[in-house]
Amino acid sequence: MELVCPAGNLPSLKAAVDNGANAVYIGFKDDTNARHFAGLNFNDKKALSGLNYAKENGVKVFAAINTYAQTSGFERWQQAVDRAHDLQLDALILADIGVMDYACEKYPDLRLHLSVQASATNPEALQFYHRQFNIQRAVLPRVLSLKQVQQVAENSPVPVEVFGFGSLCVMVEGRCLLSSYATGKSPNTYGACSPGRDVQWQEKDNGVLETRLNNILIDRFQEGEKAGYPTLCKGRFEVNNNIYYAIEEPTSLNTLSLLPQLQKIGVTALKVEGRQRSPAYVAQVTKILRDAIDCMKKDPEHYQAKDQWMNELLKVSEGSQTTLGAYHRPWQ
Amino acid sequence: MAIKLSLAPVSYYWPKQKLLNFYQQVAKSAIDIVYLGEVICSKRLEMKFKDWIDLAQLLKGSGKQVVLSTMTLIEASSECSRMRRVCEQDEFTVEANDFGAIEILSQRGKSFITGNSINIYNQRSLNILHKQGLKRWNLSVELGKQQLQKLQNNRPDNLQTEVMVWGRIPLAYSARCFTARAHNLPKDNCQFKCLDDPDGLLMKTRESQEFLCLNGIQTQSALTNNLITELNTMEDLNVDVLRINPQSQHTLQIIDAFSQVLSKKQSVDHFYQALKSYAPSGLCDGYWFGEAGMNKASIPLKQVESA
Repeated sequence: MELVCPAGNLPSLKAAVDNGANAVYIGFKDDTNARHFAGLNFNDKKALSGLNYAKENGVKVFAAINTYAQTSGFERWQQAVDRAHDLQLDALILADIGVMDYACEKYPDLRLHLSVQASATNPEALQFYHRQFNIQRAVLPRVLSLKQVQQVAENSPVPVEVFGFGSLCVMVEGRCLLSSYATGKSPNTYGACSPGRDVQWQEKDNGVLETRLNNILIDRFQEGEKAGYPTLCKGRFEVNNNIYYAIEEPTSLNTLSLLPQLQKIGVTALKVEGRQRSPAYVAQVTKILRDAIDCMKKDPEHYQAKDQWMNELLKVSEGSQTTLGAYHRPWQ
Repeated sequence: MAIKLSLAPVSYYWPKQKLLNFYQQVAKSAIDIVYLGEVICSKRLEMKFKDWIDLAQLLKGSGKQVVLSTMTLIEASSECSRMRRVCEQDEFTVEANDFGAIEILSQRGKSFITGNSINIYNQRSLNILHKQGLKRWNLSVELGKQQLQKLQNNRPDNLQTEVMVWGRIPLAYSARCFTARAHNLPKDNCQFKCLDDPDGLLMKTRESQEFLCLNGIQTQSALTNNLITELNTMEDLNVDVLRINPQSQHTLQIIDAFSQVLSKKQSVDHFYQALKSYAPSGLCDGYWFGEAGMNKASIPLKQVESA
């Protein structure tokens, strides 16, 4: 099972390589990737330097070109594909069928992975991408339960990669427009959810902190309460006169306890979310997941997630909480 | 060709008799095309496959073009089987709402329609799907007229374009059921609570701003997207079909308003106030104008009147 780690910049890439990643994924400095944040991502020079560092250490580099290209800017996505090809990166992670078509027509030997942003949740959908664009691997959305991952993996024409740790999208990726409804910018069109430039933090005289997205109140925190980034789906709202996390609590996905099952059902790679996070985060999470995967491979029968790992991961989790996400759902 | 009006599948969970009564009315309306099927949740089984087919035949008999829509989020193998069943009937055209359905239909050599959850953002995507059998596509609800213009400029021949012009906007899909969550129930014992909310469950901010609408595993906008002021632009852009999202009240009046404005029998301002009162939480149109979807970006009515 390959460990695939995020790198928002060169120090993060080195942290991932140094701590045991088998592959790192990066984005270029524009809206062609789904972490289009100020100060993040790679220009050609940094990408080359990162690639060399990774290669020297036997680690692969993937490029995420996983937003949806609009007709007016299609050249940017073409250029990103060209760049990834010229740099001789190991794989491209794509979501848009137009971009996939360009990549496989121009560079038939380029290895393509299907991004989670393509929202492929069933074997028939994967068959489409495989037949049309010869994708070699698919990253599955975080909405699937373990049983469903197994059903997809068994019937998929390509190996599957799943999310192992990081922030949790409770909505199926690539089909969530909440961010553009509120701000005009979505992961599909702009490469960011709840973008930073639309965020407001307002401290009131009574110590209450309000977090807003384009003026919409996302959450309100009492003095001393730990405040989180106003990701739209993780705020507290009112439904039927109750105020609660109506969509999702701020929490991170943590699958350490499921590693043997994931291995057994043939998951080929485990992905860590967080290109927007710090090099320290990348180092710590990579190290723990490396340990865990190695332990599991040695003795899958007796593998157990260690308390120490779980505690360390808790510290870097959203809202200091972790969940098995949809993986543990017994129901459909 | 004259622009046609379509009615999207009912996205909410209505009791069978209410749904059948509703479509009895629709059969007599000015709507040209009716999309049918459960597109949100596979637990909603008031209508079985056979019931949908019977209903489709009834509407076809009354002169409507009928399209069967597949579910949007396909996870369980039972859901795959249901999707397959819709795609493998030959009597009605199918609207694919997932790439799984596109795969089945294109492999069978059937032409198909794509709903607005199929991500088509550029010309190249349109061309690929057209080669696979796409005959009509729905513009993603987050794209507006500028993007549509570019997509229409080099549109393949014989491909039709459909744009949603009325209704709460479909925004997101999840494995989690937010309606069950609102009632503190697990999804596998949801007690079909969404039967209580014929227009979904309103989600407000803590400042009482009516923000989103929870519909089982789907999240919609609270505001109603209304593009009745843009019908001339739709004609200029060679849009073929205008789509109305049904709601529990006033759908027939809404169809009538769009039909009369489209055929130039009445002006927009004749219906505007009434339409406004039919929107449960108010109106929006930001996406069409390249803004945040919840914005109200069209020029005020008075300027429309004096233009």
